Amino acid sequence: MTPPPASHDPYGASVDAYGDEGDQPLVRPYAMTGGRTRPRYQLAIEALVSTTADPSVMAGLLPEHQRICHLCREVKSVAEISALLTMPLGVARILVADLAEAGMVAIHQPGNGEAGGTPDVTLLERVLSGLRKL
Amino acid sequence: MVAGGFGVGKTTFVGAVSEINPLRTEAVMTSASAGIDDLTHTGDKTTTTVAMDFGRITLDQDLILYLFGTPGQDRFWFMWDDLVRGAIGAVVLVDTRRLADCFPAVDYFENSGLPFVIALNGFDGHQPYNPEEVREALQIGPDTPIITTDARHRADAKSALITLVEHALMARLK
Repeated sequence: MTPPPASHDPYGASVDAYGDEGDQPLVRPYAMTGGRTRPRYQLAIEALVSTTADPSVMAGLLPEHQRICHLCREVKSVAEISALLTMPLGVARILVADLAEAGMVAIHQPGNGEAGGTPDVTLLERVLSGLRKL
Repeated sequence: MVAGGFGVGKTTFVGAVSEINPLRTEAVMTSASAGIDDLTHTGDKTTTTVAMDFGRITLDQDLILYLFGTPGQDRFWFMWDDLVRGAIGAVVLVDTRRLADCFPAVDYFENSGLPFVIALNGFDGHQPYNPEEVREALQIGPDTPIITTDARHRADAKSALITLVEHALMARLK
């Protein structure tokens, strides 16, 4: 009974990354986005991102884009991408939007897409039934 | 959303019911947000980082619920505005020994129209005030549920979430 190495568990690995708040990144956060501070379209913080991109296609991407693709082989939210790859939320949003535009990831925006994003009755009922079953 | 004053137990609450250890995401506030933060006048390039803890619950095959603890500093309203879009509602955690700490959150949700419930977090099981006393003190209308909870316990946190979603559903059906 040997526990798997921590590197196989993105959640376990990320906790340590926050252990020392004095650590400063070597690269200023928005250098990764070419100085852009806004994505082409507004991604919800809880929007889900997944990829089925072929590893051979991913090889041509920027390292940060590759890391996102790698992580999103299992569905992750924009918030999780930001937390697990230790990049600011705004940076994660821009990079994910880039990947979506390039057709490398699929984005599942929450709710039914109506303005304001208020969850509809059907969704609330599903959430309620799901919570009761926990 | 899980809101409340600093140190009231938001991350504890999220962790009690989340299927993952709470994660932390950070947003960098740059000079684009100048004017709402006291630090901005100390230099041209001042940036402030605001951190937010969150957890997730997979409810069924294609339904994931995310729980976001609001940033401890109430002045970071831009993060709240971001979170409130698409949110089902908010649990406002209250430490009745420091009732005033929850005023900004209650005001915010009343103004935004997001359904919310008040959850009195009893530290070590102590609940010095009952829900009706708190309702009176906070001037909360009769429709808003006020419950007692222990943010450390999964069953309590789950029950608070169920109360919130029921309340949100009622509000939608009215």
